[in-house]
Amino acid sequence: MDFYQVLQIIVPSMIGLAAPLIFTALGGVFSERTGVVNIGLEGLMVIGAFTGIVFNLTFADVFGAATPWIAVLVAMVAGTIFSLLHAVASITFRADQTVSGVAINLLAVGLTLFLVKKLYGKGQTDMVTENFDRVDVKFLSDIPIIGKIFFSNGYYISYIAIVLAVVVWYIIFKTPFGLRIRAVGEHPMAADTMGVNVAKIRYAGVLLSGAFAGIGGAVHAMTVSNEFSHSTINGQGFMAIAAMIFGKWHPLGAMGAALFFGLAQSLSIVGASLPFFKDIPSVYLLIAPYVLTIIALTGFIGRADAPKASGLPYIKGKR
Amino acid sequence: MVKKMSGLFIPVLSVVLGLLAGAIIMLVSGYNPIDAYSALLYGIFGDSYFLGEAIRTVTPYILAGLAVAFAFRTGLFNIGVEGQLIVGWLAAVWVGTTFELPMLIHLPLAILVGGLAGAVWAFIPGLLKAKFRVHEVIVSIMLNYTALHVTNYIISYVLTDKLDKTNNIFATATLRSPFLSGLTDGSRLHWGIIVAMICAIIMWFILEKTTTGFELKAVGFNQHASEYAGMNVNRNIMMSMVISGAFAGFAGAMEGLGTFGYASIKGGFTGIGFDGIAVALLGANTAIGVVLAAFLFGGLKAGALNIPVETPIPNEIVDIVIALIIFFVASSYFIRWILNRINKKGVK
Repeated sequence: MDFYQVLQIIVPSMIGLAAPLIFTALGGVFSERTGVVNIGLEGLMVIGAFTGIVFNLTFADVFGAATPWIAVLVAMVAGTIFSLLHAVASITFRADQTVSGVAINLLAVGLTLFLVKKLYGKGQTDMVTENFDRVDVKFLSDIPIIGKIFFSNGYYISYIAIVLAVVVWYIIFKTPFGLRIRAVGEHPMAADTMGVNVAKIRYAGVLLSGAFAGIGGAVHAMTVSNEFSHSTINGQGFMAIAAMIFGKWHPLGAMGAALFFGLAQSLSIVGASLPFFKDIPSVYLLIAPYVLTIIALTGFIGRADAPKASGLPYIKGKR
Repeated sequence: MVKKMSGLFIPVLSVVLGLLAGAIIMLVSGYNPIDAYSALLYGIFGDSYFLGEAIRTVTPYILAGLAVAFAFRTGLFNIGVEGQLIVGWLAAVWVGTTFELPMLIHLPLAILVGGLAGAVWAFIPGLLKAKFRVHEVIVSIMLNYTALHVTNYIISYVLTDKLDKTNNIFATATLRSPFLSGLTDGSRLHWGIIVAMICAIIMWFILEKTTTGFELKAVGFNQHASEYAGMNVNRNIMMSMVISGAFAGFAGAMEGLGTFGYASIKGGFTGIGFDGIAVALLGANTAIGVVLAAFLFGGLKAGALNIPVETPIPNEIVDIVIALIIFFVASSYFIRWILNRINKKGVK
């Protein structure tokens, strides 16, 4: 097996595994840029995965091949609604944002397993029949050399994730709404003085993070596990948070980090069957995303700083 | 008056609201909440076996709660209790399976090494916080996953030859006792509950009766004031994380030396570390509060296992209730605000 063939296996697998992380990390960027820490991304992904799979199983006969796409949209709505809990607790009720996020995670796992047992009478769902198909992208896959690596055997939804990262970058850095998001996250009092409704922008940030994490969870469930159980989402949300930090709270950086973490994950899965990689114990690849994030935070790879007001409730009139 | 009462009032109200919300969820899903809660109560107090298992479940909850609470008092959020617990578990089992010593040395050594491993794991976020101002929450979350994968690797490639669990620990390192087990109809109750109680007393003593504890709390209240008063803030941050991590390591040692007697590969987290956050929060970060809250949550968790036995209701309802209780405690600002409103109206 030569290196070119190895790339043809690893790269599509990397992009596929990275897509859910990209969606969720972009959601995290929205939330944290408005100054609300969202540890609950993991739980929101669980909600998305559960909703996506249950919708898919229930309506596969009705919508046919379009089912996974509609399921993703429904999961997005479910994630948004669920993130409202985090928004109300941490913005309106001034709860500790980390505590509220932890509660979201516990609640999501408890609630979805409760419902799975209620709906199906067992701890996990059946396998979905309508999946996202792996496709060769038209025209692009015919480009010599890189076409075979980057545009063959992938999911359309993965490419959407990458395009979306650019869209989010544009929103946050080039539009008035994005300017408000950043202002509220850096210096809410100044933003308030200038007539920006801090609470409203923060609500928008958290709800967007719920929407994106819902998508991320559903995409992970329908491309990787194809069913829902207690272990369908197992740390992907926290890895997305890691990607967001490693990408320095920047949408494109978060996407790059998510792709890198996707690579580490894919190597830990398929690496055992490949030359070059089978000699590396998989534990190094498994812990790489987390250790690198810590190193990034410490400042050895350029310092990563959170938005200044991140984690602090904004109380009008308080200095 | 309200201020004095709210110390106890808000946790109790939150628990009541949590149970009520759980009941509503069950009603909406077409289940009978009274059946569920009576099965739950029977699952805790029904017979001596259930009671023994409930107390066993409470043991690591107390220690995990103490770990979170201790760091909280210094203004640190140790969300890494889960990872420190796993590391402590493995370290304690390693001592328990590797050395052959008389029990009087072996058991304390195994427990202490478990605590030490947890302390070392918690020292990393403490050090990074003190030296580089890196937020301890993110670092400890990352270390949770690192701990999970590293311990799995050590169990299957270092301690054993590709097996999914270690040998059982030697009898000289076990916390189990035929006496306690016999007393509770063959449950896995072990001496760990005594260790947990001692640790609760130690935490109370450190925080309330020593200069170190005073400094730790002072740093928690106001870092700048503490620094101005001549305290070494960085040293106190590291100290707090180390002690917190030791409690978490002890919690793992209780599981390794008491409940299971071995360490096995884990597909995911035990959940005890995260529930420890709930315990600490409900217990208002005091030693006695943590013990009470641990008895509540540990009892709920143990009793929950009886719910699907007697009713068609999934035991996850208890996880939902616990999560909701955290929400209510965390949103206490709102509860206080309503209380103040009611009070003011009363005065008029």
